[in-house]
Amino acid sequence: MSAVILLLVGLGAMALGYFLYSKFIAQKIYQLDPDFKTPAHEFEDGIDYVPTNRFVLWGHHFTSVAGAAPIVGPAIAVIWGWAPAFLWVVFGTIFFAGVHDFGAIWASVRNKAKSVGALTGDVVGKRARSIFMIVIFLVLLMVNAVFAVVIAGLMMNFPSAVVPVWGAIFVALIIGQLIYRRIMSLAVVSVVGVIALYALIGIGPMVPVQMPAEVAGMSGNAIWIIILFGYAAIASLLPVWMLLQPRDYINGLQLFIGLLILYGALVLLNPTLVAPAFNDNVPAGTPSMIPLLFVTIACGAISGFHGLVSSGTTSKQLNKETDARFVGYFGAVGEGMLALAAILAATAGFATFGDWQAMYSAFGQGGVNAFVEGGAFIIHNGLGLPQATAATLLTVMAALFAGTTMDTGLRLQRYIFQEWGDIYNQQWMKKPSLATALAVGTCLLLAFGAGGANGSGGLIIWPLFGTTNQLLAGLTLLVITVMLVRLRRPMWYTLAPLCFLLVMTILALLIQLRTFWNQGNMFLLVLDIVVLMAAILVAMECAAALKRSRAEMAAQGD
Amino acid sequence: MRDDSDKAPSSKRDTLRAWLGQARFFTEEVYSARYRGAIARARRDEDDLFMLLVFSEMMGVPNPASYYTLELQPLLLERFHDWHTRMGMEHSPLDHFRCC
Repeated sequence: MSAVILLLVGLGAMALGYFLYSKFIAQKIYQLDPDFKTPAHEFEDGIDYVPTNRFVLWGHHFTSVAGAAPIVGPAIAVIWGWAPAFLWVVFGTIFFAGVHDFGAIWASVRNKAKSVGALTGDVVGKRARSIFMIVIFLVLLMVNAVFAVVIAGLMMNFPSAVVPVWGAIFVALIIGQLIYRRIMSLAVVSVVGVIALYALIGIGPMVPVQMPAEVAGMSGNAIWIIILFGYAAIASLLPVWMLLQPRDYINGLQLFIGLLILYGALVLLNPTLVAPAFNDNVPAGTPSMIPLLFVTIACGAISGFHGLVSSGTTSKQLNKETDARFVGYFGAVGEGMLALAAILAATAGFATFGDWQAMYSAFGQGGVNAFVEGGAFIIHNGLGLPQATAATLLTVMAALFAGTTMDTGLRLQRYIFQEWGDIYNQQWMKKPSLATALAVGTCLLLAFGAGGANGSGGLIIWPLFGTTNQLLAGLTLLVITVMLVRLRRPMWYTLAPLCFLLVMTILALLIQLRTFWNQGNMFLLVLDIVVLMAAILVAMECAAALKRSRAEMAAQGD
Repeated sequence: MRDDSDKAPSSKRDTLRAWLGQARFFTEEVYSARYRGAIARARRDEDDLFMLLVFSEMMGVPNPASYYTLELQPLLLERFHDWHTRMGMEHSPLDHFRCC
């Protein structure tokens, strides 16, 4: 099978989804009104509520939701063959993610730009809001732990990327100062920043930094994880203009350039997919594809994290209600394109089937390493860039994304601890440094608790992260569905994805429960039970809320 | 004839300038829009502290720099109402300093 044909089929389907399905949803289901006064105009304050150009807003929305997850998830999931991952990404983007992200913006805009968390409290009930807080905390906890493990793995496997990844942070720090102190204009800074970043990528392979396999009785991997959390803790305490803002900007530019290079090389090379469409010879210990596929690929098909961004910042800046379709739905399409690139790199970027099989020797293996090596193979053969440079480029792309997510995730987790400090009147918990220490401590516990002392097994929790992420998406879909029921509009377009997600999530949790029990991994067993309980509570809340709203509607109808 | 030749490059220059202006607007929006809120809030926090310093003497907190801060008070008067409402006080906290 030719990779370009698969690419065209995927992109074509997503384009149809945008032009036909999202139009239908916008007109018939959400019934967007161009004259509706959005919160950005109603509460305009120049701080949070600012009407923003829809292309700019799309750029922000997209770069906020696109992280390392749409790369890691699909690159793990192709172990079942390229077809299941491809189908789930394409259909997930069209019928799940698009409707979910778009709907989250719409629901928030129609409710004074409240966040999904607050909306769950208002629309569904207080109990649901408490569950929501717990699920958010679990998602952040897992995302931080998993991404630390992912970056540490990349640093160990691709020593050539160490200098550019850490160098990029210094470039960002300098850019932040240059702009904040108005020393240079943004246009000059953008060009200089991108040149500096790519110069670092060019230098990287010449100065590889290899962490020794063992330092002071700890594995190199574990040392990297600790260094990463140390960095993330400091970064999350710095003012945003100093590091987060310039780094996000450079990451955004790098994302577009990286995607362009990868897609360009794919088209020029037109490699053959060496991986089978359906892998009927999966390595021992690989769990069943159904339901695990649907939680392994969360971002790229549907992800609850997007609902937080949609309702947190995007909805406050929406200029016109009709822009929600472009920003939300097309944002999901952008993420789907990233996931599609990851699938193609991880299945077509190998010379032979044997090479591919060697990479995917066990479940959880391959993953982002397969994306980097496969992508580098494609760029090397398609554009003639040296393979080491291409691998460094993709590693930097993935590591910087994961790093930004960690930084933001840790910041959000700190806010949650501070909020708990406020609710339960614990003054010490409200201090930023102590709240950050608590956040880092819980993440380290998870990173090491899940995979043993060297931290290399932390990717075992990837599917568990997927389940919590899907639960969050389920709660957002529930809010949208209840709103639709109250408006007497068709609810199946959001209820069907909701039911599907809940069933798959609960099944996946049960299967993982058995795996952890058999492995004797008590730590993950307990975590799984916590998530499972949350999932069951969400399912019951769904049933209760829908029954209640339908009864209300029926009573009103009489 | 001469008019025309003059007009063509200047309109070209205008389009170029408009185009560059547009590009500049987009890059600056892309850089700042996402963090506008966080930065404005941080700035407001600093300003609030400054307000407290300037008006501290009136609340009975001795201020060694009051000779200088007194001069600033009229300049900050416009912000006074916003400040005290944000600090959770419905009316001016100062007995001899009415606001609303």
